[in-house]
Amino acid sequence: MVSVATINLTRSDFDEKTKARLVMVDFWAEWCGPCKMSGPVLEQMSDEYAGRVVISKVDVDSETELASKYGVMSIPTVILFRDGQEVSRQIGFAGKAGYVSLLAKAGVV
Amino acid sequence: MSDIYDVIIIGSGPAGMTAGIYTSRAKLKTLMIAGEKWGGQLMLTTLVENFSGFAEGIQGPDLMANMRKQVERFGVEFKEENATEVDFGVKPFRVNNYSGRSVIIATGAEFKWLNLPNEQKLIGRGVSSCATCDAAFFKGKKVVVVGGGDAAMEEALVLSRHATEIVMVHRRDSFRASKIMQDRVFANPKIKVIWNAEVKDVLGENKVEGVVLSSGETLQTEGLFVAIGHSPATKIFEGKVNMGERGYAQREGDNFRTMSNVPGVFVSGDVHDYIYRQAVTAAGYGCEAALDCERWLEEEGH
Repeated sequence: MVSVATINLTRSDFDEKTKARLVMVDFWAEWCGPCKMSGPVLEQMSDEYAGRVVISKVDVDSETELASKYGVMSIPTVILFRDGQEVSRQIGFAGKAGYVSLLAKAGVV
Repeated sequence: MSDIYDVIIIGSGPAGMTAGIYTSRAKLKTLMIAGEKWGGQLMLTTLVENFSGFAEGIQGPDLMANMRKQVERFGVEFKEENATEVDFGVKPFRVNNYSGRSVIIATGAEFKWLNLPNEQKLIGRGVSSCATCDAAFFKGKKVVVVGGGDAAMEEALVLSRHATEIVMVHRRDSFRASKIMQDRVFANPKIKVIWNAEVKDVLGENKVEGVVLSSGETLQTEGLFVAIGHSPATKIFEGKVNMGERGYAQREGDNFRTMSNVPGVFVSGDVHDYIYRQAVTAAGYGCEAALDCERWLEEEGH
C-alpha cells in the first residue's frame, strides 16, 4: 500500500502551513509509547481524508516552543486547526474513533 | 462454515498475545479483537527489566510490537477494534459481529484515576497517567506522584530525569513496590515522600497549579501523576460470566482450570489475576488458557 507520509512541521513553517482550511496536527515524540499506536492510524487517515484535511505532525523534542505555545503537556495530543485557529483537540490516544469524531464535529465525515 | 473462528481472543496484552501464539501454532483459526488501543499496559511503559530472556531489558512498546509480529506471523487475524458486545448464550459464541467456537477473555485491567473533582478536565494539562509519555514536559518543574507500587516508583524515577523535584504522596506508611524499585526511589535526591496522606483535589483552570492534601495543606505543583493501580476490564462481560467479589473474572473450570463458568469461554491474565499482575505471569496465563482451549475444542469434536 502506498501511504502518503504525514507532513512534518517546524516552528519556521507552522503558521504558514496551518493557516488555510483544516489541518490536524499530531504532537508526538520518538520515545512515546502510545504515539506508536496513533502514528500509523493518522498516516492511514491522511490517505482516507486526502483533499479534505491535511494531517501533519510536530516532533515535540525538536519543537519545544510549538508544544509550549499550544499548551501541550501530554502526548500524543492532536489539535485540529481551521484557518489557523484551534477548533478542538484530542489528548491521548483514543483510537481512530477519537480522531474521526474530532473531524466529524468540525463537519468532515 | 469458514467464517466461524475456532478461537476469538479478546485483548492484546501479553496474555492475549501469548494465547494467540499457541492457538495459531495449533492450527486453530484465531481472531484477535485487539482493541483500538492494542498492546495493553506495557504500551505505556519504558524499559521492562523483568521479562525473562531480555538480558538488557526491552522497551515495553517494542516488546508488544514484537509479540504482534509473532502472532501475525502464525496467521492470527489482528483487528484493531474494541469488543463492545458479547453473547455467550448462543453457539457459536458472538463477539461484536464475529462468531467463534471458543473465546479467550484477556482484556486485562484499566487505569484507575483518583476521581478528584477537577481531575478529568486537567488531564493532558498537568494531570497525567503516563510519565513515560509526558515527563519531558516537566523539565525544571515540580511534580507530585500518587501511589505506592512499582508503577508509581517508575513514574517518579522517569520524572526525576526531567523535573527538579518529585513529591510522592502515599496513603500508607510504606510502599508495596518491589525492593529494588524502592531502593532506587530512596536513593534519588530529587524524590521526597509524604506518608499517610491522600490527594483530595487538584487546582488550576487551564493547567495544574497545585494539589490539596488530606491534611488540608496545599502543595504547589505543575504536574500530578497518578499511579494507584488498575481495575479489571470486565464491563462487557457483566452477567455473561461469573465474577468474583472483587469484580475480576473467575476461572471455575475443573478439567480445564482456566475455563469460566461458561464452557468454551476461558479467562487469562490481569482480568482474573489480582495477585501477581506481571507481564510474564499474564503471558503464562495466556498460554494456559490457549492449551485448555485447544484441548476443549478437541474433546468437543471440532
